[in-house]
Amino acid sequence: MTRPEASTQGGDALLRGRSLTRRWGGLVAVNEVSLDLQRGELHAVIGTNGAGKSTLINILSGEIPPSAGTVELLGQDVTAWSQPRRSQAGLGRSYQRTTIYPSFTVLENCRLAAQARTPKPWHWWQDAGRCEASLGAARAAAASAGLTDRLDRPAGLLSHGQKRQLEIAMCLATAPQVLLLDEPLAGMGAEETERMLALLQTLKADHAILLVEHDMDAVFRVADRITVMVNGAVIASGSPDEVRNSADVQAAYLGGH
Amino acid sequence: MQNDIRSKAVFVGLAFMALAVYPLMAGNFGVDLVTKIMVYAIFALSLELLVGGTGLVCFGHAAFFGIGAYATVLLSPESDPGSVLVLLAAAVLGAGLYALAVGALSLRTKGVYFIMVTLAFAQMAYYVVHDTPLGGGTDGIYLNVKPVLGPIDLDGPLTLYFFTLGTLVGVFGLLALVSRSRFGRALAGIRVNEQRMRATGFSTYPYKLAAFTLSGALAGLAGFLFAVKDGFVNPEMMSWHLSGSVLIMIILGGIGHLRGALIGAFAFALLQEFFKSEAIFGAFAKHWHLGLGLTIIASVALLPRGLVGVPQQLRDRLIGRPSRRAETTEGQDDKA
Amino acid sequence: MDLAIFLIQCLNSLQYGLLLFLVASGLTLIFGIMGVINLAHGSFYMIGAYMAFALAPVVGATFGGGFFATMFVGVVLAVLLGYVLEWAFYSYLYEREHLQQVLMTYGLILVFEELRSLIVGDDVHGVKAPELLAGTIALGDTMTYPVYRLFISGVCLLLALGMYIVFTRTRLGMMIRAGSTNREMVQSLGVDIQFLYRVVFAAGVAIAVLAGMVAAPVSSVYPNMGGQVLIICFVVVVIGGIGSIRGALLAALLIGFVDTFGKVLLPQAAGVLVYVLMALILLWKPDGLFKAG
Repeated sequence: MTRPEASTQGGDALLRGRSLTRRWGGLVAVNEVSLDLQRGELHAVIGTNGAGKSTLINILSGEIPPSAGTVELLGQDVTAWSQPRRSQAGLGRSYQRTTIYPSFTVLENCRLAAQARTPKPWHWWQDAGRCEASLGAARAAAASAGLTDRLDRPAGLLSHGQKRQLEIAMCLATAPQVLLLDEPLAGMGAEETERMLALLQTLKADHAILLVEHDMDAVFRVADRITVMVNGAVIASGSPDEVRNSADVQAAYLGGH
Repeated sequence: MQNDIRSKAVFVGLAFMALAVYPLMAGNFGVDLVTKIMVYAIFALSLELLVGGTGLVCFGHAAFFGIGAYATVLLSPESDPGSVLVLLAAAVLGAGLYALAVGALSLRTKGVYFIMVTLAFAQMAYYVVHDTPLGGGTDGIYLNVKPVLGPIDLDGPLTLYFFTLGTLVGVFGLLALVSRSRFGRALAGIRVNEQRMRATGFSTYPYKLAAFTLSGALAGLAGFLFAVKDGFVNPEMMSWHLSGSVLIMIILGGIGHLRGALIGAFAFALLQEFFKSEAIFGAFAKHWHLGLGLTIIASVALLPRGLVGVPQQLRDRLIGRPSRRAETTEGQDDKA
Repeated sequence: MDLAIFLIQCLNSLQYGLLLFLVASGLTLIFGIMGVINLAHGSFYMIGAYMAFALAPVVGATFGGGFFATMFVGVVLAVLLGYVLEWAFYSYLYEREHLQQVLMTYGLILVFEELRSLIVGDDVHGVKAPELLAGTIALGDTMTYPVYRLFISGVCLLLALGMYIVFTRTRLGMMIRAGSTNREMVQSLGVDIQFLYRVVFAAGVAIAVLAGMVAAPVSSVYPNMGGQVLIICFVVVVIGGIGSIRGALLAALLIGFVDTFGKVLLPQAAGVLVYVLMALILLWKPDGLFKAG
């Protein structure tokens, strides 16, 4: 049986993972997963708990090296690249557990993220708070995430949903081309979910997005392609309809959600 | 927010002015004591950059302090005054180089292991001066003639006092600028959430290494001043007890604030004088470590934000509402 | 260096290494299970050594016992001390950040040092090995080796083995290991985690005190011994690698050999050699010899 390919043969994938495998001792967390992300497309990865989705994202972002396989970003082989280097090359990532700077204001959170593009560490006499480049990018990112009225609030005091928005904003502050989003909807109420989905729809146009999510309704609404993982391997991949009607998927999932 | 910065700037300004006029009222003992405290304050400021600024708890800072002191004495001519510029540069460079080497090896470790490694490397430096003839052994080495900077002779206590005060103001100003700079903000980001820094594209290791090296170099500067003041160096200047003491200074004063290092150095020195005082404790005064140890435990337990945080703690108690202020780049200006 | 001397130094290295391993185990036990970095661990070692000196006449007068009776009394006192200390002091450190733990236990070091100074004074003392173990055995034709040093190695090995068995083969050990990874879960299963931690801490203290008592006849008893052993224990942990018992054993033995032979071959550099070893290993393996095993 040939393994379902989550990647197309087209040459303009912004991010491509080929036969990615990750072993922890005897356990195979990710088993020969290939997948690609195209510009203008939201590619969702779903699966049961322990399916290997988090490990896969960590391999793509550069936080864990694969045991086998390669990762290509914008045509370059980045398998050996560190996470900061991949980020500089245009890869952005949000985390399942909110990874922000709670003691800084919302604006400073975004500004510091944007500063990665204009680090200028040698200009020690200059006030970072007046850095127009990073401030501009920060305000834009915060605006697209809907946080413009909250710029001066300490990030730690935001509501959970607002923190998840900030998580995305920080991702956007570095103007990446590829977005790896790990469960951005986690713990969100209905209204916040709507807002986030609307944001994802607008982001789709200029980015390639990988979305790992548990919320099936949301996934089927917003994804252009869906890949299903079980026990570290891809069992199905294709358009939402194809996946919905796939016998393998229905067998693996407990009767659909 | 503006009032905040202003009140902190006023506090620091007043403190420096008080230090400037202090010699008018104090005798020789007082001038000597406060000179020592100011040197400790520079030492504490250097560590604050590392612990409060970057979140790296270093338990081996005395090594850099000691290297600065030893470099000063070892490179001073036998019977002529050395040049302040040369000796100061040597102290700063020597300490900075060792900091670069130690940092390069230690910064790959994290958390408790980093604390252990830095302590161990400081012990290494201690043994070099303690066991080998290089450092004059346990007897130490004397600085026969104090260095000069053109017409300024650091031999006079008042000259040295104002030279030290000037250096203190300079170091404070430098670190205030650094903490609001992009470099300083990056260090703060590394302290709060290194993972996110890396995810946004910062290579965090070079930043940490730079902070470690700068911190060590500034400690070496404090070492230079201490050697000039006392005219004598011995291995105890690199002892891990001194590393512990300087950590206590910054936590006593308040981590995360430059003025905390100032306040902490003063508070610690005064506490030491207090517990050592035979006038108060009589014969028991020789066991002054006991009082100091208990005070350290009490202050860490009861004043987690240090003396700097006392007005806030009192306010919280009286009003009953915890008010939290965020760190902005503006707020960082008042990190002083 | 002829063979006999070489052999003697090897045995000395082994003895020192095993002793270090024992003390370091106590340190990593407390850190691994309860997440507390305890700088005062060296002080417990020092307390053990001073107990060997100061308790001996008391035990002799009261029970008429000798060395072994003193050791027994010492261990009992150590367990009590550990129990009380955990309840009164260390239990407040669990949730605190490392810097606070470091400074609070550093303050405790100062307190212990002065209490010792007040109770026993600051003099250096020797402790005599018990009659039973005071002899020597022959090594080849010309050299002899003190039985007591072999005894030290034996005790350390036995204790290490005992700890291994308790950890891997008993219910208590299983509960301890579970409690270190998931405190709430173990609590909800009905295990009294507070009591467990107290037991573990008391055990850690007892190990350090016992090590100090056993080593006293060989290392003598002096004020700074606590700080010295603490820092070397840190080097053991750093070289050995994060959370690795295997690594700690190997590191302790390495340090034992480097230090012992260093003192014989390069006496002036002896103090520095251990740290040079650490630097070299960190250059080669930034995470230490082994990662968590």
